[in-house]
Amino acid sequence: MTASRSALWRDPALLIVPAIGFLAIGFVVPLVWFFIETLQEMGSFEDMILEAVSTISSRAVVNAMITTNWIALLVTLLTLFAGYPIAYFLANSDRLRFTLVLFCIIVPYFTSVIVRTYSWMVLLGRNGIINQFLIGTGIVDEPVALLYNKLGVVIGMTYVLLPYMILTLFAAMKAIDPSYVRAAHGLGASRIYAFRHVYLPLSAHGVLSGCLIVFILAIGFFITPALMGGPSDVMIAMLIERSVEIMLDWPSAAVMSLLLLAVTLVLYAVYYRVTDVRRMMGA
Amino acid sequence: MSDRQVSPALSTYVAFACVGLLAPIVIVCILSFAGEGYLHFPPTSYSLKWFATFFGDTRWRQSLLSSTLIALIACVIATVIGFLAAYALVRSEMRAKKFILSLMLMPIIVPTVITAIAMYFLTAKMGLVGNVLWIGFCHAVIALPIVLLILLAALQGVDLNLERAALSLGASRSRVFFKVVVPIAFPGVMSAALFAFLASFDELVISLFLAGARAQTLPVRIWNSLHLEIEPVVAAAATFLIAVTGLVLLVDGGIRRLRSSLVRKTQA
Repeated sequence: MTASRSALWRDPALLIVPAIGFLAIGFVVPLVWFFIETLQEMGSFEDMILEAVSTISSRAVVNAMITTNWIALLVTLLTLFAGYPIAYFLANSDRLRFTLVLFCIIVPYFTSVIVRTYSWMVLLGRNGIINQFLIGTGIVDEPVALLYNKLGVVIGMTYVLLPYMILTLFAAMKAIDPSYVRAAHGLGASRIYAFRHVYLPLSAHGVLSGCLIVFILAIGFFITPALMGGPSDVMIAMLIERSVEIMLDWPSAAVMSLLLLAVTLVLYAVYYRVTDVRRMMGA
Repeated sequence: MSDRQVSPALSTYVAFACVGLLAPIVIVCILSFAGEGYLHFPPTSYSLKWFATFFGDTRWRQSLLSSTLIALIACVIATVIGFLAAYALVRSEMRAKKFILSLMLMPIIVPTVITAIAMYFLTAKMGLVGNVLWIGFCHAVIALPIVLLILLAALQGVDLNLERAALSLGASRSRVFFKVVVPIAFPGVMSAALFAFLASFDELVISLFLAGARAQTLPVRIWNSLHLEIEPVVAAAATFLIAVTGLVLLVDGGIRRLRSSLVRKTQA
């Protein structure tokens, strides 16, 4: 056995080298190369700044940023309000119910995003199942526009991102010692009082991590808004894709990507401070 | 005792939410067996004709083959590299472990559109658009964080004393790795491999840029047909993807049961 090989076995830390090398080649190099090459094409540093400012302040990009933030914020709040009771239920129920509810969360969680988006398109379309039902029962006469607008995007994205919120909240709630709540009951607190003043504060960091992860994923979302949105619901990730695929405008794509990447990384840094990353994605 | 904290109102809400979570997927599965040419629920007649179209069409079949090949390549790369890295992260005395892990999880945090465009930029320069092997390599970047998360959790449960015992009995480090660590971690590695396969098999955005016309994967084919018209054959393709997910979850459940029974045996 050569010296280097025996060193490898003595210190397991070196086993991380292939992964670092792989991510460097497959992930870091493409990103860095893409940004450097496209930004260099713009010419001098001053030209680059001017181009970046004109791209970011253009009407299309400003609108897309506003749309992206609104939709991401709305989806984050919806998943929080819809998900919190479900996570609470998971953390406080017996084994059978726990397994049943977890099954209902895990199956959509691991189903392809394109399939989940498609299934909502089937439900919400002009001749979709919900409109068939509404017209069939006489609630409405004309099909209701549920798809190809903001409503469709928000419904689709909330559905896709809900499992992330539930699993993050559940991980935090599982760590809450039930004896605290019991102590509050023992001291005469009502159920609502004990929940508001004991359980809710204890689960607050879970709420923060859940909101951060859903917001991070939502601002970079592409598939669902691209398929379910209307012409005016362009999110920033769609604009990036379009500027490459349709307009072949690499510099704009690079500037917008850099902006989205910077926001994502700042939020990820906050997420890193408040969460154990090993619990990411409910592992 | 814990049940007292769950009120009937909460139970009712959770029951409705569970129906809401599963219903869209179940409805697509039912619709894929419909006999009519448009999507109506519930279908008035049932048939297998959309699956016949799906498996009979060369372009759908070709996309299924591309997807499978790419996912197998991604799965092998991500699982092998990810296993070594997870072992290093669990066992070594490295400082800043959490920070290194947070960097290695970056591929699932950075918006896939950005990663995909950067990869496309490089791929086009190298003339590798539509190369199945290269797409598998790129998919492994996305699958690696998933492998890491699963294996970190699995390896945490492996008793360090077993390795120490083997070492003190005179086994070399490499022998301990292959004869003790790998066999004990094997169920976890299998789970990780399954989810790595699934991550690649379901991936759309990177494939959309890198596949070209030659290596269109199943999600890319679905994406293309959704831009034209919602034809029922897509329901069959979607049902196929759902079935693959179901199969992966089923096998993983079996592996987990096996693992917990093994742990109980070693503890006894």
